[in-house]
Amino acid sequence: MSGVGFHYPRREWIFRDVSFRVPPRSVTAVLGPNGRGKSTLVRCAAGLLKPGQGTIGHDGPVAFVPQAHGGAFAYRAIDMVVMGRVRQVHVFGTPSRGDRVAALDAMERVGITHLVDRQFPTLSGGEQQLVLIARAIASECPILALDEPAAGLDLNNQAQVLSLLRTLVADGMAVLLTTHHPDHALFLADSVVLMMGPDDVRTGAAADLLTDEALSYLYGIEVRTVAYQQNGIDGRAIITRYGNDLDGRASVNSRQALRGTLRAAEGRAPRRHRPPWSSGQSGGL
Amino acid sequence: MLREPEAPTTPKPARPGRLGGDYLRIVTMAVVLVGAAIVALSVGRFPVPFSSVMQTLASHVFSVKGPPSDVEQNVVWLVRVPRVLLALLVGGGLGIAGAALQAIFRNPLVSPDIIGVSSGASFGGALALLLGLESVFLVGGAFVFGLAALGILFAVTLGRQGTPMLMVVLGGVVTGSFFSALVALVTYIADPYTTLPAIVFWLLGSVATATYTQVVVAVVPIALGAATLLLLRWRINVLSLGDEDAAALGVRPARMRWMVLVAAALIVAGAVAVSGVISWVGLVIPHLARMWVGPDHRVLLPVSFLLGGAYLIAIDTLARTVTAGEIPLGVLTALIGAPAFFVLLRRNRDKIWDSA
Repeated sequence: MSGVGFHYPRREWIFRDVSFRVPPRSVTAVLGPNGRGKSTLVRCAAGLLKPGQGTIGHDGPVAFVPQAHGGAFAYRAIDMVVMGRVRQVHVFGTPSRGDRVAALDAMERVGITHLVDRQFPTLSGGEQQLVLIARAIASECPILALDEPAAGLDLNNQAQVLSLLRTLVADGMAVLLTTHHPDHALFLADSVVLMMGPDDVRTGAAADLLTDEALSYLYGIEVRTVAYQQNGIDGRAIITRYGNDLDGRASVNSRQALRGTLRAAEGRAPRRHRPPWSSGQSGGL
Repeated sequence: MLREPEAPTTPKPARPGRLGGDYLRIVTMAVVLVGAAIVALSVGRFPVPFSSVMQTLASHVFSVKGPPSDVEQNVVWLVRVPRVLLALLVGGGLGIAGAALQAIFRNPLVSPDIIGVSSGASFGGALALLLGLESVFLVGGAFVFGLAALGILFAVTLGRQGTPMLMVVLGGVVTGSFFSALVALVTYIADPYTTLPAIVFWLLGSVATATYTQVVVAVVPIALGAATLLLLRWRINVLSLGDEDAAALGVRPARMRWMVLVAAALIVAGAVAVSGVISWVGLVIPHLARMWVGPDHRVLLPVSFLLGGAYLIAIDTLARTVTAGEIPLGVLTALIGAPAFFVLLRRNRDKIWDSA
């Protein structure tokens, strides 16, 4: 997409002049605080919303995975997944045996074959999310757009979703997702979109953009990344300074000060976190 | 105490052909419908034995010789068969239209009345009665004004961004009230000794005056609409997920919804044109069917049609047998249906709509 902007009727721009590309075999993650238009951006990219400016081009249909929601009718999980095949089924037709096989394959790939006959609204939020991802896979679109795919998932399911997305990308898919977890962007993303503000949307390679400074500025709270090694692979994880957000916000206002704080923190040995209000008081929980 | 580790659950074998059981349910419902129709042909103030009913049907359909007495034959073939056919068409049509509309509005309170078509058709019919026009104009006026109501709905809700669902619901309620007000105006103007009773009785709904001409008039729009809905049965599943999901899956929800609305409007306008306003069937039948076969519209739509037809045949049979004078259908459908539905609803309330 290039030069894309969006605003709801008679409102101000949510974002303007956003340009990026999501090539096959790559993941682009959209990061930003609540209400900055991450989901709107992804919906524009998926063709669900019409941008107010700019153009969006696709090399193929986009499968969009919304955030899990109840829905009015108690369809079975397999019926939900089969609906991903709607592009392959004639308007007056019903899914063929081949469509149902594709749906079962997709469920197997996501690891939810045990849910086949369960009713969708009775599933947990995480299970619903996995069903919706299976539905997108069943559609066999080359591009996948996901809105908060890990929202409401426990750690294990988060890991499952992330590694699933990795294998999908390795198979040639182009993936665009929003996330509230910079960790996931660090693990997964080749490039990122940081929604700093309506006229300040930064796009670029994840390695260049996901710096402590940029993340701290983005969320208005002190954020640090720490390097680690797992199975010989380098990774980075996020540490947030919880508990004193007033201080955090104050220091972000002056980025110089923030940089100083972080530098100071780096020099120290890891220590137990002590919120400022607990100092001087005895005991704890 | 430690529990035994659970045995790994073996994934259930894929059942791609699982619709088999559902076909069985459709066939069962069809058998029930045919049974109800035969019973309806037999009972009444002039009882006709089953054997004569079958012989009469056979003599007309397969031109088998040896019909029973002329009186029996006339009662069955000229009076009861068109009546049963009309009840079948109207009940089935309202049932399937209600099921489809509940799906696309994702709302269990929706009935075919919500899109304003039945109010429009009532006005058309009432106007024809007020002006003392022939029955051709009664049927035609009801049908035309029913579709006009949908046209108005389309015009007032059309926007550049397509038509959002809420606008259609509100627009339908508004056009419906507008035409209801016109109906009230017509009844107010009408002569209280001649036309007013005719209008009121017609509005209550009845298939008592059924003729083969009416059946032919009704079958065209109702069959057309019902066939369209049946063909769209799986797309209606997709549409019932909501606009965004449907769009994300590659369906254009606004366009698809209008196809469903036009089909439903054809059915409702056709039904009101021949039988007046028969409420309640379109609201309740889809719920009853859903309790039995679940929400999948591939099965729900045909079952709603068959169940609606059987229900209205049964109610109409009651309407003409329990008392010497005919009780209007629109009264009986609710009088009997409401308590029965409530009992079923209480027993099945967890199964119908998602509890989440």
